[in-house]
Amino acid sequence: MTPKAPRFNNCAVLSPQQLDQLLQVLIKRDYEVLGPTIREGAVVYDHVDSTKDLPAGWTDEQAGGKYRLKRREDDALFGFVVGPHSWKKYVFPPAMRLWQAHRSDGLFQIVPETRKATKFAFIGVRACELHALSIQDKVFLKGPYVDTVYKLHRENIFIVAVDCVQAGGTCFCASMNTGPKAAAGFDVALTEVLHEGRHHFIVRMGTKAGADLMSQVPHEEATAADVEFAENLVAEAAKHMGRSLDVNGIKEILYRNIEHVRWDQVADRCLSCSNCTMVCPTCFCSTVEDLTDLSGQQAERWRKWDSCFTTDFSYIHGSSVRSTPRSKYRQWMMHKLAYWIDQFGTSGCVGCGRCITWCPVGIDITEEARVIREGETLASAAG
Amino acid sequence: MAAVRKPKIAVWKFASCDGCQLSLLDCEDELLSIVGAVEIASFPEATRAVVKGPYDISLVEGSITTPHDEERIHTIRRSSKLLITIGACATSGGIQALRNFKNVADFIPMVYAKPEYIETLSKSTPINDHVFVDFQLRGCPINKLQLVEVLNAFLNRRKPVTPAHGVCMECKRRGTVCVMVANGTPCLGPVTLAGCGALCPAYDRGCYGCFGPKETPNTTSMSAGWTALGVTEPELVRAFRSFNAYAEAFRKESEAHER
Repeated sequence: MTPKAPRFNNCAVLSPQQLDQLLQVLIKRDYEVLGPTIREGAVVYDHVDSTKDLPAGWTDEQAGGKYRLKRREDDALFGFVVGPHSWKKYVFPPAMRLWQAHRSDGLFQIVPETRKATKFAFIGVRACELHALSIQDKVFLKGPYVDTVYKLHRENIFIVAVDCVQAGGTCFCASMNTGPKAAAGFDVALTEVLHEGRHHFIVRMGTKAGADLMSQVPHEEATAADVEFAENLVAEAAKHMGRSLDVNGIKEILYRNIEHVRWDQVADRCLSCSNCTMVCPTCFCSTVEDLTDLSGQQAERWRKWDSCFTTDFSYIHGSSVRSTPRSKYRQWMMHKLAYWIDQFGTSGCVGCGRCITWCPVGIDITEEARVIREGETLASAAG
Repeated sequence: MAAVRKPKIAVWKFASCDGCQLSLLDCEDELLSIVGAVEIASFPEATRAVVKGPYDISLVEGSITTPHDEERIHTIRRSSKLLITIGACATSGGIQALRNFKNVADFIPMVYAKPEYIETLSKSTPINDHVFVDFQLRGCPINKLQLVEVLNAFLNRRKPVTPAHGVCMECKRRGTVCVMVANGTPCLGPVTLAGCGALCPAYDRGCYGCFGPKETPNTTSMSAGWTALGVTEPELVRAFRSFNAYAEAFRKESEAHER
């Protein structure tokens, strides 16, 4: 990993109490502070009032189709990887009303939604998630059509990133070059260190806003040894990824194998339940639903998360373009790893592993890609 | 504006528990606007006053289990412009379709003192096995908000917003953590039609499949997933054989595990 050097060079050290003070400063500055917390047997993102709400002393064990919380032997506040939620739910809400309309005197009048700008502070954003946010920025903000809702929620976010000092069983950010170290896109970034009875956070400032916030929080200067120790922890995590995905030429390989027998095999297992797309931090598809009241005088249009795994999603006058699980799964994986590169100039996958963990039957995108790649290697060796 | 005749609605009952038609009375907040928008012409559970047909919309609850009902449904079809079936009984045969897997003649003497009085069919079947159905609203029971939406859509001549996808999307949109992945709880959500709002997983229970199979249900893979969680073959038979036992995808899956 070769992360860009932070723009503000001095690193700081925060104790857990001082980290709480950082949260309190954010709250005082009218931020809606959101971070990891335990609910329904998982680490989810929700409101946090203080570091007491963080999952202190918890970790997660993840495998294909399996997630379990486990007690740690220490009181680490960020001693887990990513859970079922991603930050996209705050910038790209799962369901929202786009407008209302009513009929009066035979006329149809649109009532636009009035939306207040939000001021979110995201606490504990991982490197893969920073990349996911930057990918969604491209999708929603950088094209010819700007998504005004996304823009409204996205603009004022204060991001406290956290480096991963452990890798999960389904993580493969090292393969995707998206982690485990937070390289860019944060206001401040923390590395949590628990060592020889000490528990502290090494803080890097990514923006002026981050540096300004830190000036309001009591802290110490980090020594070169502190910083090196923290960097080693992150470097070590990179070596212990639960999964890996060889991205070398992946786009071309997938394009060449659009009729591979593997698509049929994965379709035998695929539930087309959409979970992979719902948990994916970059998936951005939505549908709109129109509703009326019984009198026919009021109407509403809603936008909801949709998925390429539903048949309605690809419905074009008369029938669905992709009606089989085979074509749906292929579309999803090809989009993530191949079409996305043509469409947005980056992979659509950040290696967070959520689609593997939260697939009820544990279908593994890294395994599917590996089998297709190896099929090619074998074929070329034979022929 | 000239007074427009309100559409006449009739509610019909076949073999069922009445829970689905009760959803109409359960509408509470929406009930006044419903009776404002339609004329409840025949609804014995709500009123003894009956207005003669034909009817603009017939809501049909229950399955066909007797020779008499087999005739009656045709009469109702003839007197209805639109026929909408509501609930698992009307759309898949209901829990009483468990008889379809056994010989019903064996049950009758066990239940009735005078078996000779009982005239019943060997199978419990959904309404659309007998007559053309304009729209099917599924669920055991149906979701009253979906019922309002369906009435609403037909009154306003638009397509009802009733998704064909599975329960998982409802869980994920509401932020519910997957009970199957995070807790190893067997859940039928991935093969079950959405509509309930993912009620059971929100209360930390697996989905029971009340709304029947979703579009493209991969029940074979679902069973393999359940088996990996330690679920036995007889338990799989029972899981797929409940309120929607006779819905094709669930029926075939339960039969595959019965030996």
